[in-house]
Amino acid sequence: MKKTVFLGTLAVAGLAASIASAQSTLEQVQGAGVLRCGSNEGLAGFAAPDANGVWSGFDVSLCRAIATAVLGDPQAVEFVPLTSQTRFTALAAGEVDVLVRNSTWTFSRDTDLGLDFQGVNYYDGQGFMVSTSLGVASATELDGATVCIQTGTTTELNLADFFRVNNMSYEPVPVATNAEGQQQYLAGACDVYTTDVSGLAASRATFENASEHVILPEIVSKEPLGPVVRHGDNLWGDIVYWTLHGLIAAEEYGITSANVRELASAPTDNPEINRMLGTEGELGAMIGLSNDWLVNVIAAVGNYGEIFEQNIGENTPVGLARGLNAQWTDGGLLYAPPFR
Amino acid sequence: MADITDPPRESFRLSQLLYDARYRSLTIQVVAAILIMLVLVELVDNTVTNLAALGKDIGFGFLWTTAGYDINQQLIPFSSQDTHARAALVGILNTLLVAFLGCILATVIGVLAGVLRLSNNWLVARIMTVYVEAMRNTPLLIWILIVFAVMTEATPQPREFREGGSASMLLWESVAISNRGVYIPRPIWGEGSGLVVAIFLASIVGIFALRRYARLRQAKTGQQLPVLWMSVGLFFVPAILAYFVMGRPVTLEYPELGGFNFTGGIQVRNSFIALWLALSLYTSAFIAEIVRAGILAVSKGQTEAAFALGIQPNRTMQLIILPQALRVIVPPLISQYLNLTKNSSLAIAVGYMDVRSTLGGITINQTGRELEGMLLLGLFYLITSLVISAMMNFYNSSVKLKER
Amino acid sequence: MSEAHAHSVAYVRDAMLPEQAPPPGETGALHWLRANLFSSIPNALLTLIALYFIWSLLAAILPWTLNGIWDAGSLSECREIRNARGIESAACWAVVNERWLQLIFGFYPTDDRLLASMFYSEGLAAAGGAEAVFGPGASSTDRIAFVGQMKAEIGNLAIFFFGYWRPLLALILLVVAVAPILYSSLPRKLLWFSLAFPFVAVFLLWGGTIWGPVLVAAGLVASLLIARVVAPAAGALIGMLAGIVAFLAIFLNPLPFLDLGLFPLLPNVKAVLDAAMPIGLPAIESADFGGFMLAIIIGTSGIVLSLPLGILLALGRQSSMPLIKWICVSFIEVIRGVPLIVWLFTASLLLNYFLPPGTDFDLLLRVIIMVTLFASAYIAEVVRGGLAALPKGQYEAADSLGLDYWKSMRLIVLPQALKISIPAIVNTFIGLFKDTTLVVFIGLRDPLGLTNAIRATGEWNGIYWELYIFVGLMFFVFCFFMSRYSMYLERKLATDRR
Repeated sequence: MKKTVFLGTLAVAGLAASIASAQSTLEQVQGAGVLRCGSNEGLAGFAAPDANGVWSGFDVSLCRAIATAVLGDPQAVEFVPLTSQTRFTALAAGEVDVLVRNSTWTFSRDTDLGLDFQGVNYYDGQGFMVSTSLGVASATELDGATVCIQTGTTTELNLADFFRVNNMSYEPVPVATNAEGQQQYLAGACDVYTTDVSGLAASRATFENASEHVILPEIVSKEPLGPVVRHGDNLWGDIVYWTLHGLIAAEEYGITSANVRELASAPTDNPEINRMLGTEGELGAMIGLSNDWLVNVIAAVGNYGEIFEQNIGENTPVGLARGLNAQWTDGGLLYAPPFR
Repeated sequence: MADITDPPRESFRLSQLLYDARYRSLTIQVVAAILIMLVLVELVDNTVTNLAALGKDIGFGFLWTTAGYDINQQLIPFSSQDTHARAALVGILNTLLVAFLGCILATVIGVLAGVLRLSNNWLVARIMTVYVEAMRNTPLLIWILIVFAVMTEATPQPREFREGGSASMLLWESVAISNRGVYIPRPIWGEGSGLVVAIFLASIVGIFALRRYARLRQAKTGQQLPVLWMSVGLFFVPAILAYFVMGRPVTLEYPELGGFNFTGGIQVRNSFIALWLALSLYTSAFIAEIVRAGILAVSKGQTEAAFALGIQPNRTMQLIILPQALRVIVPPLISQYLNLTKNSSLAIAVGYMDVRSTLGGITINQTGRELEGMLLLGLFYLITSLVISAMMNFYNSSVKLKER
Repeated sequence: MSEAHAHSVAYVRDAMLPEQAPPPGETGALHWLRANLFSSIPNALLTLIALYFIWSLLAAILPWTLNGIWDAGSLSECREIRNARGIESAACWAVVNERWLQLIFGFYPTDDRLLASMFYSEGLAAAGGAEAVFGPGASSTDRIAFVGQMKAEIGNLAIFFFGYWRPLLALILLVVAVAPILYSSLPRKLLWFSLAFPFVAVFLLWGGTIWGPVLVAAGLVASLLIARVVAPAAGALIGMLAGIVAFLAIFLNPLPFLDLGLFPLLPNVKAVLDAAMPIGLPAIESADFGGFMLAIIIGTSGIVLSLPLGILLALGRQSSMPLIKWICVSFIEVIRGVPLIVWLFTASLLLNYFLPPGTDFDLLLRVIIMVTLFASAYIAEVVRGGLAALPKGQYEAADSLGLDYWKSMRLIVLPQALKISIPAIVNTFIGLFKDTTLVVFIGLRDPLGLTNAIRATGEWNGIYWELYIFVGLMFFVFCFFMSRYSMYLERKLATDRR
């Protein structure tokens, strides 16, 4: 009797296993009608669920933008939670179509792990947060300190390098999640909490006495965070790349979710805007999408600046300044290649 | 009288392989062997194909490359410039340490709780019941997180130990309990300390010899020696005498508050204590049940018989009840020790750097060698488990009832 | 005679003396106290220590718990309320109040259409009717806004009972399906439902077309029937082979080089039926499963699926064939020697490597497969205990009746051995259920994983105890009653055997 049950479920399992396919990622996503986006299990400002289970955040918006570009529906995203340990394997195994999970673009990940980073959606760097009562003004004064650090990321390598190069000793306190790191730090179990500055700011914003904690000026690493796809499917990579840079360019040219429909209704004076919004040329068709793909994207999620302000900008609890993430015209690093 | 003759020998027919019970088992085994081989070949083939498709190969060379990360608790020296193999070894030692100490503490608490659960004192018995049920019916992971959080929140920060702070050190300024761990003095082994240690070890051997002698003597003459007091004396007196005779070669280095942290002494880290405590408390609840069942399994008549012979209650426990109860207790106790060892892999939750966090965590993550890393990790746990169960089975067979 | 007797004795009591009260101190609360708490000086000391312990524990926990704030929108609001009340410490239960549905069901979608038609008809009418909101052409962003507003208005209890009717119904049916196995007094016909339940549950939980589960069940029945029909005519072995061939034809493509577009039969038939009669529920992805529902799904399917495998392994371990025995022993020892968390990482990182190129199970399915293999080793040990507990006479009686191995196992040995093992199987289930918390390390949204997700929102960042306590309590209640039940079974079975 039990044997039948077992076989039955085995058969169901066999059915659920999709058969080997030579389909491209774009065809797969369009066939399924939903984009599988590898996301964080929860990081304030970047990905978090509300009480109804609707996800929002900076990374989440990029997923929604890609879904809008490909499927025309910002809600057609399935967020697959991935830990820092399982993220790249899951992407390589095809469990997700794109990974937007605060992943740092490094040489070995781009080459050895068989992945392709498609630009940078947030320029971050590793920093240190300490309590003001310690009277520390610079990270070089941290000799002998106890440092809370999340395992399984590039941060622990940067930390080891930083202290070794400066001939300082330290005591690492590895923590599994950001929440645990905060708790340990607040209880004084470590003097310093180190992670990406965006994460530090997000944590600090939620402290009961935020003014008693300070983020030190030293940034000890470059952490360009960006969306990742599998190596080899260039069309899909192009879609992700140009969706991200479409959002960036939209901010540069002043296209917002409010005015995009109007701008797209008739050709404007600016040929670049016309090409982006499909009133001139056939750019959408070149990457296998409809000609007004970027119109839908911007209408659904807004341009880069809007997404930033909505999720992590200075008026949100996270309260990050644009800094490196300003447009190149404003002295930042955001620089979208021309739509031509 | 006709001789009994053998039945005519049948010639072997092929169908006997299927329908004759004597040969059928051979057929089944050959078929099973072929099937297993096929499955294994298929698995290996799939793995090689899949890895090739991802552009990966299989190799253990990564073990000899620079690890690049630091480990806080190291029983052997380790720096970020050492290899991944050494990092794995540090992790293995940490796993073994917490598993070993956990088994000891769990046994102590478990036996205590199990005996107290049978106590005449209503209140104490009830408290122990609540304790056992709460531990057994809540996931270990939650207990680990809770114990860790309690330890972090309830103990003072190192800076509280400064002048005017609210915390102070215990035991004549030698032990500090902070939320980064417990700091205890570190012994410094000076000239001649080897002799002190040797004498101490010799006196421990002496204690065992004394016990053996006392037992033999009692069997022969019926007289009892005050074994307990003699053992205590033997334990302390020679070592202390030697310590002073050699001119106090062993000194202690006390922990002192300096800079951000305490320096000097030995730091027993919070992550270690939390994991150790949580593992021990959780496992002790299961051990308590085993001990209780073991004691209840010895029939009451045994106690009554012992009393009728005029044996004192504590000697009844020691000579009559425990030897019989142990036979019931030991086999499930072994599996609890195994469980504790395996559960120590939850160290990841509190950031204790055991082998799963070093080899199975950071190393895999930095090198992308999940297949090789997981293989080594699995092998380590498997070997540890087999060694523990072999040792315990050996003990088990030595206390087993000798059936004749 | 009696009279004579009465006269010959000096005193005869002719009335019964009334029963006297026991001496003071030998009855009532005082006696109980003395007997149970203060029988000796060490005992009294122990009592006092215990009392002090309880008091200090309650003094630390109770005020915080009872002062708890139930109604707030965020942690900072909680802190404001607490400061306004002038209390030093107070739990912020508001997070549980707001998120308990999420902790139970994860991100499993609610049946919004049903909710709207039952509790929010005016709002639905105002938004233009069901088709305008939920129809195929409607904007998904508007729908999410509408649902958010609706849920804020109708309250969590209504959402619990009607929004999540699919998992709830599956749970109720699970109880119905398990009941006849645990209670032998129930009618045996219910066992047929137990057999059908896995298919019903898969359909209810994952949704999609009804033809998938129906056809899988039908295919299995067909394979068995073919084996049954062929067996009397052509011998047991040929019958079994015929059944296997039928199974392969229905579920797999046995001859991949012979691509007729016909095999495997099942997906083709399913497509035809689905086109002709589209019946089904909205499909739900495994990634949306979470919370206690996930723990129950993994735990239950792990145990149920591992039973047949575990029984086979236990039988194999007792086998007289050295190779079979060796295979079973090494499988069991390897599985039991390695921690579950390592197996889970294997499931999440490596299992795809071992499968044929191109196969892509979702993570939940991989975890269930791994947990099944894991549990089967433990079940094998439990069943081995049951087999060993059977008197040897039972085996010998079966042999002397001339039953072959499988018949003697099926008819004589296993029914008794399994019955003895039920309490231990329930205990294994409790262990497995608790161990499902480990899936948080591979990114599944179990209750502990959800606490991380909840903390990631701006409102609840920095909240720990309340969530841990809620999750811990839920687990405790569930496991406690299961373990009580297994103890009850143990007692019942113990009397049975006497």
